[in-house]
Amino acid sequence: MSYIRKPAVSHPKLARNKLGLTARDYEGTVSTLCAGCGHDSVTAAIIRAVFELNIEPHMLAKMSGIGCSSKTPAYFVSQSHGFNSVHGRMPSVTTGASAANRTLTYIGVSGDGDSLSIGVGQFVHAIRRNLNMCYIIENNGVYGLTKGQFSASADIGSKPKKGLPNQQEPIDAVSTALSLGATYIARGFSGDKEQLIPLIQGALMHDGFALVDVISPCVTFNDHEGSTKSYKHTRQFYHHVVDADFVPPAEEIRAAYKEGSAMPIELHDGSKIVLRKIDQNYDPTSRARSFKFLRDHVNAGEITTGLLYINEERKEMHDLMGNIDTPLSEYPLEKLHPGNGELKKILSRYR
Amino acid sequence: MAKVNDVVVKIATVNGTGSASANGLLMKSIFRMGIPVVGKNYFPSNIQGLPTWYEIRVTGDGYQARSGRVDVMVAMNAQTYARDLAEVSPGGWLIYDSTWPRNRLLHRDDVTVLGIPLSRMCNEHFDGARARILMKNIAYVGALAALLAIDLKTITALLEQTFADKQHLIDSNMEAIRLGFDYANENFACPLPKRVAAMHGTNKHVVIDGNTAAGLGCLFAGATVGAWYPITPSTSLMDAFRSFCQKYRVDPETGKRTYCIIQAEDELAAIGMVLGASWNGARSFTPTSGPGISLMSEFLGFAYYAELPAVIFNVQRAGPSTGMPTRTQQADILSCAYASHGDTKHVLLFPADPGECFYMAQQAFDLADRLQTPVMVLSDLDIGMNDWMVPEFEYDEESVPDRGKVLSAAELEDMEKFYRYLDVDGDGIPYRTLPGTHPKGSYFTRGSGHTKFGAYTEDSAEYQEVLDRLLVKWETARRIVPEPDIEYSKFNKAAILTVGSGAGACKEAIDRLAEQNVALNYGRVRAFPFSEDVKKFIDKHEIVYIVEQNRDAQLRTLLIIDSDADPAKLVSLLHYNGMPINADFVVERVLAENSKGRAA
Repeated sequence: MSYIRKPAVSHPKLARNKLGLTARDYEGTVSTLCAGCGHDSVTAAIIRAVFELNIEPHMLAKMSGIGCSSKTPAYFVSQSHGFNSVHGRMPSVTTGASAANRTLTYIGVSGDGDSLSIGVGQFVHAIRRNLNMCYIIENNGVYGLTKGQFSASADIGSKPKKGLPNQQEPIDAVSTALSLGATYIARGFSGDKEQLIPLIQGALMHDGFALVDVISPCVTFNDHEGSTKSYKHTRQFYHHVVDADFVPPAEEIRAAYKEGSAMPIELHDGSKIVLRKIDQNYDPTSRARSFKFLRDHVNAGEITTGLLYINEERKEMHDLMGNIDTPLSEYPLEKLHPGNGELKKILSRYR
Repeated sequence: MAKVNDVVVKIATVNGTGSASANGLLMKSIFRMGIPVVGKNYFPSNIQGLPTWYEIRVTGDGYQARSGRVDVMVAMNAQTYARDLAEVSPGGWLIYDSTWPRNRLLHRDDVTVLGIPLSRMCNEHFDGARARILMKNIAYVGALAALLAIDLKTITALLEQTFADKQHLIDSNMEAIRLGFDYANENFACPLPKRVAAMHGTNKHVVIDGNTAAGLGCLFAGATVGAWYPITPSTSLMDAFRSFCQKYRVDPETGKRTYCIIQAEDELAAIGMVLGASWNGARSFTPTSGPGISLMSEFLGFAYYAELPAVIFNVQRAGPSTGMPTRTQQADILSCAYASHGDTKHVLLFPADPGECFYMAQQAFDLADRLQTPVMVLSDLDIGMNDWMVPEFEYDEESVPDRGKVLSAAELEDMEKFYRYLDVDGDGIPYRTLPGTHPKGSYFTRGSGHTKFGAYTEDSAEYQEVLDRLLVKWETARRIVPEPDIEYSKFNKAAILTVGSGAGACKEAIDRLAEQNVALNYGRVRAFPFSEDVKKFIDKHEIVYIVEQNRDAQLRTLLIIDSDADPAKLVSLLHYNGMPINADFVVERVLAENSKGRAA
């Protein structure tokens, strides 16, 4: 059986968040992924991010499709509702869920197969709608559960465990999202939790579609010499261009930033993201310049990471439509039908 | 002997020329004279320039099906002139635009040809190409008014209502009516023997199409989320819902919308959105047609197993594959009943007319919420896109929508622990919770194997226990779905059993067969799974004619599978050429079966 409950013991001195919950309260069942899987590090980063954001567990909805990545919502925040849907269809389910209740926080966990192959259509259209969600792609370049076939994010020349290197153009989630007008685009690495946690926090608090593409190596099928999605390769070509610090609402920016290197951006709820430019040539608020920079670095074989693009101006799906602020699912049914008198009026047109 | 109020008028035009409004005017005028009418539109899968026909059956007897006859043909399309002339019933009339010479080689002695210079008259009286084309259509309505004795005052009142404050449009339309009306009166012996006369057969009735009625049903059912991908012939359902929402779904305090309609990127996404919304507690639906059901199948199986409500309208069209998108059929019965891989089956509702589309839309939401499963409403193009005369709808304001077993925050607070898939009441329906209600209510929704407690499993016994409990739910569904429509006399040993839009043709056929001393009982299934009464109805007869509009006898197959009916007594009468079934077909086929020795 691959369902194991963790023992419910916690240290009395564990830190508590503003809800009085400990990080243990944000954990899930024991992971059934391979030992050393990058996804488990991402799960740990999500737990930390949600705990620090003081999100009430039952107000968080965990959405996924099918694949190794899509199993992980079972491994964090057990007290949240989870929806493990069908392969590549998590974006549509989240779109409908958001349509019914816009007050929940949505976190979707997907993989490169789930989002860039079978589900690329839904990934693309969720971006177009500017669906208000944090969309994490745990990107390892292979299909794990079916034993190591290349996915659509595999780089040209990357070697499989067996067989010939990949020759097809990879789909880069980040530049795809940028070209489609996504409003928050980040890339991280499962091996760098310090960078990843604030990226996820910003994505959760961003009002609109927030992509976090995380290079998350597959230890079983894609961590060998010649693979471009291995721990070793990622560490070697890893390029921080802009890091982000997340500052909750009503808190002061305390860190001392070097003159000219910090760029605070206020989110809709009053929290702030402080961007720290590591590469001074990078401008994460310009779509055109970001695109060129990113493509140049992709072509150079570098893995650019950080908060790569942000746009807090564009409205998210509900506001584009002019929908009520409260959940549609809670609107009283008796106020939704116009009554028999109006029915008679309507029908008079059909006489 | 020609009798009053028994005439079929067929108008042959080219699509995109604005003839629809002229034909609607004609049909509604007759309806407003208190005479029952049936309107059918036969149109191509095309935007402009191909042949299209509109058929109005004036039926003082109030029959619902199309007739096989054409008494008066209005041949406005030179392209189809030959076949239009050929289609006129012996003794009938053909009206054509005599501005241009007609092909005199095509001639029938048994048809009276009436030439009216419609184009010439309209060119003389109206300016601009578009106006001339539109008014030509209105002019033939005027000519028909004279020939059939349609009340001009009724036409005037309709035009005044349609164009309201646009007096110049009322004037120009009336001028065109007059042109046709006067020309017919001056040149022909009006009215024809086949004429109409005012009666009181349409009180408390409306003329409406099924898609509009279903959209209205969704409004009254409290649906808030609609996701869809445009597909003929279902598109007008969402169009109707949207237009009702624009009027009635604006929050009075904030001026914001209390509905969310999403045009999806495909049907895969449309059903995913519906499931996400219903998981979160909104009443959500998607309208589609056969190809859409094929794409939705994976998610439908998910919804069956994860037990999520969903309402799907399948406005069926002629398959297989793209088939004939603008023609009607009932050929998705089996693919809907068992949509998706694995052991899945779904609750189906079968409306017979727009009235049932309105009521069944509401029942579908109640059943989906009650049973926590997808409910598919199987309409068809004939019901969905044609105008039917049906009794005015009523909404019972005392009725309370059935949201099913959803636990409130207070109920969860009092519970020790909540388990999603536990059959507490013995009806096979577990309790569910909505995200955001209460920390105790959280659970993991999945399409993979799960235990009755909601946990992942690959254990055989735990898996099978849930699968078997779903069958208990299926039997609950059998008890609460709509009962069949039955007209039974113990003296009859044979019966017709039909579904959906076959009702009108079958009822008319039973009347006509009775005149020939062939007495049949009538039954119509209204839902799947079949209730006990369906089985009892079959058991009471020696022979049951199963009348349905598909090639493969899908309803018959389903009856054998689900109600254990004796196949030997189920005789198929199958109509599947894409046109709506009519009484002639049923009468002829029943008589043919009788002459084979299967006497009733």
